[in-house]
Amino acid sequence: MAGVAGGNDFQWCFSQVKGAIDEDVAEADIISTVEFNHSGELLATGDKGGRVVIFQHEQECKNRPNLRGEYNVYSTFQSHEPEFDYLKSLEIEEKINKIRWLPQQNSAHFLLSTNDKTIKLWKIGERDKRAEGYNLKDEDGRLRDPFRITSLRVPVLMPMDLMVEASPRRVFANAHTYHINSISVNSDHQTYLSADDLRINLWHLEITDRSFNIVDIKPANMEELTEVITAAECHPNQCNVFVYSSSKGTIRLCDMRTAALCDSHTKFFEEPEDPSSRSFFSEIISSISDVKFSHSGRYMMTRDYLSVKVWDLNMENRPVETYQVHEYLRSKLCSLYENDCIFDKFECCWNGSDSAIMTGSYNNFFRMFDRNTRKDITLEASRESSKPRATLKPRKVSTGGKRKKDEISVDSLDFNKKILHTAWHPKENVIAVAATNNLYIFQDKIN
Amino acid sequence: MLHHNMSLHACLYVLCVLPPTQEIDDNVITPEKAEEVKLKARYPHLGAKPGGSDLLRKRLQKGQKFFDSGDYNMAKAKVKNKQQLPAVTPAEKAEITGDHIPTPQDIPQRKPSIVASKLAG
Repeated sequence: MAGVAGGNDFQWCFSQVKGAIDEDVAEADIISTVEFNHSGELLATGDKGGRVVIFQHEQECKNRPNLRGEYNVYSTFQSHEPEFDYLKSLEIEEKINKIRWLPQQNSAHFLLSTNDKTIKLWKIGERDKRAEGYNLKDEDGRLRDPFRITSLRVPVLMPMDLMVEASPRRVFANAHTYHINSISVNSDHQTYLSADDLRINLWHLEITDRSFNIVDIKPANMEELTEVITAAECHPNQCNVFVYSSSKGTIRLCDMRTAALCDSHTKFFEEPEDPSSRSFFSEIISSISDVKFSHSGRYMMTRDYLSVKVWDLNMENRPVETYQVHEYLRSKLCSLYENDCIFDKFECCWNGSDSAIMTGSYNNFFRMFDRNTRKDITLEASRESSKPRATLKPRKVSTGGKRKKDEISVDSLDFNKKILHTAWHPKENVIAVAATNNLYIFQDKIN
Repeated sequence: MLHHNMSLHACLYVLCVLPPTQEIDDNVITPEKAEEVKLKARYPHLGAKPGGSDLLRKRLQKGQKFFDSGDYNMAKAKVKNKQQLPAVTPAEKAEITGDHIPTPQDIPQRKPSIVASKLAG
């Protein structure tokens, strides 16, 4: 389905961009998570200001079948607010770390959103009818004088302008001492897991006052701490299986049927390291920032600082595929350590058929890899190439001395323009790319 | 005797600069190792275990705010006497707790975002 590299058969083009254009970006406007729902009809974003904005795919215009419909604002609400834990002197950011949609079961939509400490279940419902003809109050809400009421009437449901309401249905709080990095809905549609730096908890969606701790890697003596949990995800169809990644570049697969506490793993994934190439930076750049199962459940993908790796769940000793995202940064690690960029947490995602993967880089570049053709492409999310249906031109970073025309040198890259969050529509070739405070939507060219 | 001590000292210095696994006569330095040498040259006190406790503990303590009323009142008194506050010199990448005295003006007000997201504009 998805060819990747610019070729005769397939090209990406600009569709929409959301967000302000001004140079001065307010901290609160920085997008911190992007997620399509299971049908791709809705696209949710969370930002550092604790706000969630949901876009809905408009139906294609029947008059113009060549145009895919656009994503327009469906609902927006304040999910989390800044808090201060006075007991621990801890400032709790309102930044939305992750949003995960629940599979749709009725006309309403449900999503989980989380900051560092608290997970909330939100219901997004539509209201297009309202009751009119109350007995005790007027249409504008004023109470009627009971002595003036001479007859009873039955209120009637009348159509009204569509109103989309978001309401918090559950608040899952006080279960995490450390900062939540992941949430993942289980395939049983009843439970979900939340992971922080040292622990993973399993929740039931209906129960907020307790959760099961299923992984605890906190050492008895904190001086002995050597690694933290960086990401976790439930298997897409085996409800007893989940994985979690670590800051040391390892992934553990756990089976909840084996024990109540899954401290000992069922499978341990680690690529052997060449000891002669070890450096001060080795462990830092091997830290996994994201782990995602393929839709099939047969593979999983991990993102570390310089590469994306695809693992076959049946093979623990090495990944089956490795894709270099920006290898040219290896000779810049010293300055990337000094400006903290080496700690940036990039995410990665699969396309609907698991034939392609995408991840972000610097300078507002993002990369796509086609697993079948082994072709890769670098594209840029920029206002310059934002003309309607304009085809995106492949970008190239020059690594050698000679810089060709249209190439950009490594030293000219803007490391403040990082693409950490991207999402791929579950069924179509539509992608959402978060570039700081702007959300870009790209799609394939329909001929 | 003095010469012997000095050559020992020189050996120790060399061992600190070069990564321990590299042979002294190895001419091939990977770009990663070259970056490490650069870093160690700039920050000679950087710990031997980079991914270990220091970095991880800093990560776990994100958001922690410290306030010492004793330090705060002493700093206020010092300002009154027109003396300089102690200068803050963060060693490598660690923050020294207690060196920076926050004033009420320093603490940012934590207000929720009343403004709607610009994505929804």
